Amino acid sequence: MLEVKKVSKSFGGLAALNNVNFSAREKSINALIGPNGAGKTTLLDIVTGMTAPDNGEVFFSGFDITNFSALNISRRGIARTFQHLELFGDMTTLENIMVGRHSKTKAGFISSGLRLPFAVKEERETRLRSEEMLEYIKLGHRINDTASSLPIGEQRILEIGRALATEPGLLMLDEPAAGLNIRETRTLGDMLKKICSDMNITIVLIEHDMDIVMRISDRITVLNFGERIAEGTPAEIQENETVIAAYLGVDDE
Amino acid sequence: MTLIIFVLMIIALPFLTGSSYTLTVGIFAGINALVAIGLCILMGYAGQISLGQAAFYGIGAYVSSILSAHHGLPVIASLALGMLAAALAAVVLAIPSLRLKGHYLAVATLGFGEVVCVALNEWGPGGPSGFGDIPQFSIPGYTFSSSAGYFYLVWLTVAAIMAFSLNLMNSRSGRALKAIHGSELASSAMGLDVVMLKIKVFVLSAVYAALAGGLYAHYVTFISPGSFSFFHSVLLLMMVVVGGITNLWGGIIGAVAVTILPELLRQFQEFDVLAYGVILTLSLLFFRDGIVPIVINKFKKPKVEKGSPKIA
Repeated sequence: MLEVKKVSKSFGGLAALNNVNFSAREKSINALIGPNGAGKTTLLDIVTGMTAPDNGEVFFSGFDITNFSALNISRRGIARTFQHLELFGDMTTLENIMVGRHSKTKAGFISSGLRLPFAVKEERETRLRSEEMLEYIKLGHRINDTASSLPIGEQRILEIGRALATEPGLLMLDEPAAGLNIRETRTLGDMLKKICSDMNITIVLIEHDMDIVMRISDRITVLNFGERIAEGTPAEIQENETVIAAYLGVDDE
Repeated sequence: MTLIIFVLMIIALPFLTGSSYTLTVGIFAGINALVAIGLCILMGYAGQISLGQAAFYGIGAYVSSILSAHHGLPVIASLALGMLAAALAAVVLAIPSLRLKGHYLAVATLGFGEVVCVALNEWGPGGPSGFGDIPQFSIPGYTFSSSAGYFYLVWLTVAAIMAFSLNLMNSRSGRALKAIHGSELASSAMGLDVVMLKIKVFVLSAVYAALAGGLYAHYVTFISPGSFSFFHSVLLLMMVVVGGITNLWGGIIGAVAVTILPELLRQFQEFDVLAYGVILTLSLLFFRDGIVPIVINKFKKPKVEKGSPKIA
């Protein structure tokens, strides 16, 4: 599905990623964890075309997508959310979702301005499907609210809904549980599992909240200081001594 | 609905006033409104800025005038070619300017406006003093020579452009423009072609401005570069800010207000410019969002604040 091969990236003298391999298995939840500054977001930025790698390759469904633009990567079916929410704050929740369907629709400036029949029909369909998506992520009651007026938890969910509206094959989530309370995190976890099985998509989850990671992930990859230090099932990772050392530090004595 | 009331008002106005002076002021207000609607889309919706909008207005006026006065093209055709020329100029401006944001984009468009103004001064027919004998606007079988006729022509064009623009803003493309304003990063992650959208919105606003320029030239039948200078760009900007950039009706209201105001201030004689400046400053101080958004909020029920403040 997704194959990241020997990717390196440094910012100035700092090596954010050093020869990192990462793969996501089809139709499962793949977590990417690691302490702050381990290079998780950098890896996500590279896969989604927001940052160019210094070395290495990225393959998606067998195609080399290294150095593709964010636009092209999105059109190939990779959607993402952002650690520091990037919603269209002044637009309503429904409009945010509708923007997600942009590349699935065609009407241009002229056909929209003249309300040509095909554009009207397409618009109606976009609205309908976006309303369904809003119901699916349980934000139906927020349909006319602006995105910025939502509490953080709902903003995170809305961002996931907007990403799903692009009908991706791979959904990459950058700390979706950040800022959520325990109950909200639990709901989010259930929702991600449901999305993964309902829509048959692959999820890559970057997350600090170990509860949710251990509960819903099928595989976990651990990064530390730009290097991959472990990979395995949640049970394996919990037992892994290198991982424990990275998170808790080692006793010198 | 609003649009229907608007059209009825347009139709009624010449019956309410017989004075050709009022109609002439109305015509200029309508011409400015066309440019202002484009600026609202460019600035209020897509979040770009232009301090050189008068240049597109000038290109439309000059190209249409030269082609019809010196090359004998029918006005309809020359007007269309003027719009095409402005569209091409907008692409030329947009491509290098796309990387720029905020103040830098403002300066780039300002520079563009100056370049066009200098070019009109140097190479335009008649140089700085301009040229006349531009044919009046006509369609086969009818020449718009009366003020009432031209008033209808201009304002029904405004209504048509308004209808087109309102449709556009409530569509996939309008949402995309608002999205790139909200977050370019998220827009490209959603598969929006940010570069292309910016080019398109520049072109759209340029075409509106060129249409206005053509209507202006074929009404006054004499043009000179002075009408298309930086000062006019600022005046156009003033219109959309006074009216409210986040609402297309703001463009029309602002254009009417800023065009009519100097006429109303004539009675203050030499103090008119002073009063003009004071009124505009006060309106910006007290109606920062513009007239239209403030009026709309007055009529809307106060909304209960819910949830946390914006974090994104």
